[in-house]
Amino acid sequence: MTSHERGPTPSAEPSGLLAGLRTRPSQVWGAVRLVPLVRPEPVQDLRLHPRLHNGPGVVDLGRKGTYFSYIPHSFVAEWTGDGSPAAAYGTQLTGSQPEREALEAVRLHFHRRMARQEAKHRLRFLPLHLALEGYLSLHFGGPSIAWEEWSRQALRQGLSPRVEAAFLGTEVPGLADALSVFEIHPGQCGVLVCLADALAAAFVVPHPEDYRTLHPTLVQDLYGDLVHHYATLMPPVPDFRARITDTGIRALAELRAAVAQQTAQWADFHDTTMAAGLLEQESTWQQVRRMGRFTLSRFLPEFRPKQDNHIGEAISDEQGQVLYLKTFRLSESQVRRGYLLSRLAAHDWHLADTAAELGVEKAQLCQRLEAAGFGHLLRQSARGR
Amino acid sequence: MGGRGMESFGDLIAADDVLLFVNAAITATGQREFHSDAGAQRLSLDFLHAYMLGNYRDLYAGVLALDINDHNAALIIRRLLETAAEATVEQRRSEGRLIAGRLAVLPPQRVYGLFGALRRAGVNNRRTRALLRDWLSARPDLAFDAVKYRSGLKQALRHAHLVPGDGEIGTFLFAPLSRARYDIPILETWRRAHFEQAAVFELPYTVAEGFAAQHGIPRKVFLERIAPRLTRGEALRLQEAAQARGPAAAEAVKTDLSRMPLTRLAGYALSLPAEERVVRRAELDGALRTAAQRVAGAHRGTWGRVTAVLDDSFSSYGSGVKRRRPLAVALACHYLLGVLAGHYRGLWTSGRGDALLAHPVGPTPLGERVLDGLETSPDRLVIVSDGWDNAPPGLAAEVLRVWRTRLDTERRTSVVHLNPVYDAADFDVRRLSARVPTAGIRDAEDLPALVEIAQFAEGRTGLAELTAYLDARAARLATVQAQRVQGADGATGTDGSSR
Repeated sequence: MTSHERGPTPSAEPSGLLAGLRTRPSQVWGAVRLVPLVRPEPVQDLRLHPRLHNGPGVVDLGRKGTYFSYIPHSFVAEWTGDGSPAAAYGTQLTGSQPEREALEAVRLHFHRRMARQEAKHRLRFLPLHLALEGYLSLHFGGPSIAWEEWSRQALRQGLSPRVEAAFLGTEVPGLADALSVFEIHPGQCGVLVCLADALAAAFVVPHPEDYRTLHPTLVQDLYGDLVHHYATLMPPVPDFRARITDTGIRALAELRAAVAQQTAQWADFHDTTMAAGLLEQESTWQQVRRMGRFTLSRFLPEFRPKQDNHIGEAISDEQGQVLYLKTFRLSESQVRRGYLLSRLAAHDWHLADTAAELGVEKAQLCQRLEAAGFGHLLRQSARGR
Repeated sequence: MGGRGMESFGDLIAADDVLLFVNAAITATGQREFHSDAGAQRLSLDFLHAYMLGNYRDLYAGVLALDINDHNAALIIRRLLETAAEATVEQRRSEGRLIAGRLAVLPPQRVYGLFGALRRAGVNNRRTRALLRDWLSARPDLAFDAVKYRSGLKQALRHAHLVPGDGEIGTFLFAPLSRARYDIPILETWRRAHFEQAAVFELPYTVAEGFAAQHGIPRKVFLERIAPRLTRGEALRLQEAAQARGPAAAEAVKTDLSRMPLTRLAGYALSLPAEERVVRRAELDGALRTAAQRVAGAHRGTWGRVTAVLDDSFSSYGSGVKRRRPLAVALACHYLLGVLAGHYRGLWTSGRGDALLAHPVGPTPLGERVLDGLETSPDRLVIVSDGWDNAPPGLAAEVLRVWRTRLDTERRTSVVHLNPVYDAADFDVRRLSARVPTAGIRDAEDLPALVEIAQFAEGRTGLAELTAYLDARAARLATVQAQRVQGADGATGTDGSSR
């Protein structure tokens, strides 16, 4: 593991996660709030992997010069060259000749019925919970084989009804609407997804064209079940309507100043209040790959129960500015799993020691792990020790 | 507004309700919109119709005389006929005049569709039959209808127990192949078209299309030879198809754009790819200008300094069934206002300057653009938008409020908001601010009238004024109907009249 542990002291990076991006006014649909992030200057030398642009309706972007490419985690495409779908395993950062590089991908074995439901060349992500489990095991250095086994099992037996609904997100009216009625800002490079005004995920890419390519699939596949759940069960969230105090305005110029102040106020409020859970979270950073001036790293929260816990990957440049960011907010059960895994990792994956720290028997710990749904994964990694 | 003090509260509510319904009846078509699907639109509109009919039957019927869209006109007529038993003798008489007047200006396919709906609803009272009989007897060429709207006419006759004046038409509709030949030319052409290819091209386009498929006539040849029989609307729709079939077909179908109605033309221009719009700029620009001048008529250049804020955000795409409709309305308004105004500025929400290359993309920073518009110190500010102000939400309302209460207390600038989209959830078009009148708009051609109504509605309109206005419009509808009957050829271009 080429990790550099930052320790428990708050690092500078999280607060700078959204540096260089401007928050624009949010757009609300039902319980879903999408906050656009705009980059004043698009980044030209880090772009989406060209194979992802082969989808229907995507025009040639006329790229010039050399650039590095990236592939978002759990992005499904024909990575293997033989036409079978595979999901990118962890965000990938590749060199200037991306077609020649081998990718770390997990093959997907689709149940026939499921395969038919998928449009053939659609850009898509794995459904949320698969993506997250992969993420968790990835962050803890868990074996990718196990994840493949696990995902194969889940996919072969058909996904649970909840995930099925997420897969067929186009048929959930509120969900498709939130996506299709969103008006993409000029220069938009990212979005923060808030559900019932709790930050669920952040997604940032280097270039507006990449964002445009990914936007239609983004919310639908990535956050599908969460979006569906909240859009159905939660009351609509209110718009933050502009309000201008009119006393003392005597000329148009003053009115214009008041308008500009409104816009700034919203951005400020959003960054310091709404996105605080992510931006002020204490995380452990781990560098994964360095390529040219770019660094791919992953970060983990401290797994505090009953609080915002965001897990994520970021690509930053030499000045530490984040060019690519993908985070998920973990659910309560995932936080519990993460907590178990972090304890295990702290004790070098030794079950007895971990059990002792938690004050339980080893058998009880195993039961807890089984109950948390991680039994399968852990047997794999525990076997070697 | 003088007699307002004497009016009851109920009257004011009635006047408000009617204005709201008029907005809905101008914009709503029961089709999918950007923010709501067809089901929601139809449900919302149905409720509004039931509400109006139940509470204000006279006013509901009176709305038929206004520039509401054909979809709502047909709905109103249907509901009035369905509930004929509930009307008083006087009401029936005035309703009968309004319905007959409106039927005369509706495109025939709409009327046949309406008769079909009445038939399915089991409405077959004496009034319905009488209206049907009168409308059919006023048709300029029933044999033509028998060919072009075959099943529609057949069902209408059967429903109303009518016998067509000419025996041949009856035979044609109910036992078409029982005669060896017809004396009426178009019926004979139709008969010959079954085995003779040349006869196909003498039939209306929609009928000929079926025969062409039967004979296996190639599309290219078909388009070239059917071109003289195309209506204006059909020709406009077929421009692209013809171009794809080679220069000969394109030349044959090529239509004179300068004769097209303004909003249609704007919709056509926006349907072209950007490169083609650049290549054909002079032609498109000229045609749009001519159409706008035709609409403006004597009002040309009389509006003083006008600034328009036009919405080309992503939501102006409309929906798959109303493609780019809100944007087309905005573009048409841009050209029309350019002609009406002495000095004109058009500001698009995206900040782009070239109107002809308008494209629905991006957010709706309406507040900022309204501010830009006010800075040009216009006499009139016209806002054409679907009212989804989202960057940031509600800023336009705040700017307009501060402008009205602090900066322009003498109302030197009149502001009006025209909205092309019906908002199903609100049973109205979406308003920007309570201080600015909002009116629904379907075609840019109605803009001058709408702006007048909207100004009139800026204070709260009294019921008496509204009733007087509706009566005046009803009288005008009657004269229009009389002219229509005399000059039988429909000016809408949607009936059989060839180019």
